[in-house]
Amino acid sequence: METRIYQKENNLSVFKLLKASLKDIYGSRFLAKQITVRDIKAQYRQSYFGILWAFIMPLTTAFVWIFLSSSGTVKLSDTDVPYPVFVFSGTLLWSVLRQAINTPAQSTQGARGLLSKINFPKEALVVSGVYKLLFDTSFKMGLLLVLMLIYGMPFQWGLLLFPLSLLVIILVGIAIGLLLTPFSMLYTDVGKVVSLGLSFIMYITPVVYVVPPSGMMKTLMELNPFTALITVTRDVLLGGDFVYLSYFGVIFLITIPVLALALVWYRLSIPVIVERN
Amino acid sequence: MPDNDVLVKVEGLSKKFCKDLKTSLWYGVKDLLTNMRGNVSDRELRPKEFWAVKDVSFELRRGECLGLIGHNGAGKSTLLKILNGLINPDSGKVTIKGRVGALIELGAGFNPILTGRENIYNNGVILGFTKKEIDSKVESIIDFAEIRDFIDMPVQHYSSGMKVRLGFAVAAQMEPDVLIIDEVLAVGDLGFVLKCFKHIDLMLPKSAIIFVSHSMPMVSRICNQIILMEHGVSVFQGEGVAKAIDLYYSRFSNSESNVIFADGSIELEDVKLMETKNEIGGVQQINWLDDLKIYFRFKLKNQINIPQFEVSIFDKEQRSVAVLKKNKISDTIEVKDNLIEFVITNKRVQLSKGLYSINIYVGKMNTGEPLLRVHSILSFQIIDSEEVWPPFLLASTFENY
Repeated sequence: METRIYQKENNLSVFKLLKASLKDIYGSRFLAKQITVRDIKAQYRQSYFGILWAFIMPLTTAFVWIFLSSSGTVKLSDTDVPYPVFVFSGTLLWSVLRQAINTPAQSTQGARGLLSKINFPKEALVVSGVYKLLFDTSFKMGLLLVLMLIYGMPFQWGLLLFPLSLLVIILVGIAIGLLLTPFSMLYTDVGKVVSLGLSFIMYITPVVYVVPPSGMMKTLMELNPFTALITVTRDVLLGGDFVYLSYFGVIFLITIPVLALALVWYRLSIPVIVERN
Repeated sequence: MPDNDVLVKVEGLSKKFCKDLKTSLWYGVKDLLTNMRGNVSDRELRPKEFWAVKDVSFELRRGECLGLIGHNGAGKSTLLKILNGLINPDSGKVTIKGRVGALIELGAGFNPILTGRENIYNNGVILGFTKKEIDSKVESIIDFAEIRDFIDMPVQHYSSGMKVRLGFAVAAQMEPDVLIIDEVLAVGDLGFVLKCFKHIDLMLPKSAIIFVSHSMPMVSRICNQIILMEHGVSVFQGEGVAKAIDLYYSRFSNSESNVIFADGSIELEDVKLMETKNEIGGVQQINWLDDLKIYFRFKLKNQINIPQFEVSIFDKEQRSVAVLKKNKISDTIEVKDNLIEFVITNKRVQLSKGLYSINIYVGKMNTGEPLLRVHSILSFQIIDSEEVWPPFLLASTFENY
């Protein structure tokens, strides 16, 4: 028979805790899926157009950029690819990163009522957050591919690596999000600072423009780890020179242990948070 | 492993909370950090903190049911949350063996816009069922909840009772070794509550149950052990369920009488128990099988005929348990100097040990039209060695047939 022990003292073996966390992630895969299905269904059921809205939102963004570009309002910078495609892919990747950072706190916050009533694997909340993120992204991805077709861009084999580099972006975001979640569950300030910070950081990330060849902006952008994430993934998508590939690799290697620690931290912190909510 | 093994073992459990939100949040941040260092040092109360649960210990075996009673805020739910692993204790240790099922919130995970059927899955999966298990149980869940006609309707259009039915029906599919129940069965109609209890009776031999409730009839019905909590501390603990319940009620004893109705023609001047043995804290005591003799003195404000007097007896739960037969015209009660004095007697009273209170209703002899109605005019206690839950302990003899 399974024996559980609850006491003040924590078992601090990172490996044991990580193993338990991964076991729960695997064990709760149906729970994560069910939460995702529930939330997506509930989101679209009380709507006439239903799932179409998932297309309509990114579609309008795409049209705005196409319009701005074709009307000459925004001057084409020296991108190698058509500007609308550049911007659309940039904002898409940025929104994936932003959502990935926000999703652990959002999902946990959303399940606040449950957390203080029922003992279930909390990791499922994070996993379902990732599922919902992927669901949203898949529509935008489809549109991006259509845009690329319209602008006559070549599809190359590198595209097959896209899911991999997208995964890296998501993992980086989730790791950051998990580290912040316990604090943002206590103080709402944390969430506000994060969204404020991210909206600034976006301007030192090549989301809507490229890294300038020189100057202070270039230094700032290259210090910003998100630059490598966004640029390399966009290079995978649209073809490019992979300037920041090694930087990307380093970030990935750092992310793995950080994510492991973040999962342990999240797992240990939940009871403290439940008690204060 | 022997079946009478201890499933729940709680040793010196304590938990503290903070009274102030801002301070609580700041302590939360500190706790997050000390949490990472393993929490080895002892915990003391910091400013603005108090013990919500202090030094509670018990053991529970399979087939046993522990009732947890106490006033609001006594620490019952906190204790349950620790047992369920939702929050960590500040000292002490809980050891739980086997699967734990918690009936703390029914219908957790329901989304109002989705149908009942979809929500069976949402709720079931949060309670730890696999998809296959739910697939195979979904029909019996619908039958148990008795809402087949509405199962494909959005849950937001369900009545609260229907939601509870569906929630319990899902939860009832659990086969836990340890079952934690927190005051969830209060909603729902009588038929369903009875059904729930029948189901809990079925689970009882297979599991150890911890039951929190304010409904003493329910507690006395299923519990064989009890803890009475007060301000986080266990003030009574053991197998004397009836004794603990008495103790619980004595904390709420309300000796104030209140006039519900008066038309001004008659007034209650005095009421007391005659031939009492003892009096403690304004409560007169008599022994079981003594004569219950109640003395009344009324003052008449207007000239009226002798009215009818109806005396009813309530137990500590304000359940009406008995009524004394009304006076008839032929009874010789008289008015003297605008006063009516009489003694009403019930010979060899068979009320069981406990605390009772009396209401009086005065009405016109023929029509019953009300003149005066007063609640809780008198409290008295029946003393006996035997503790029973029902309101009557009837004297009996056993003879060979």
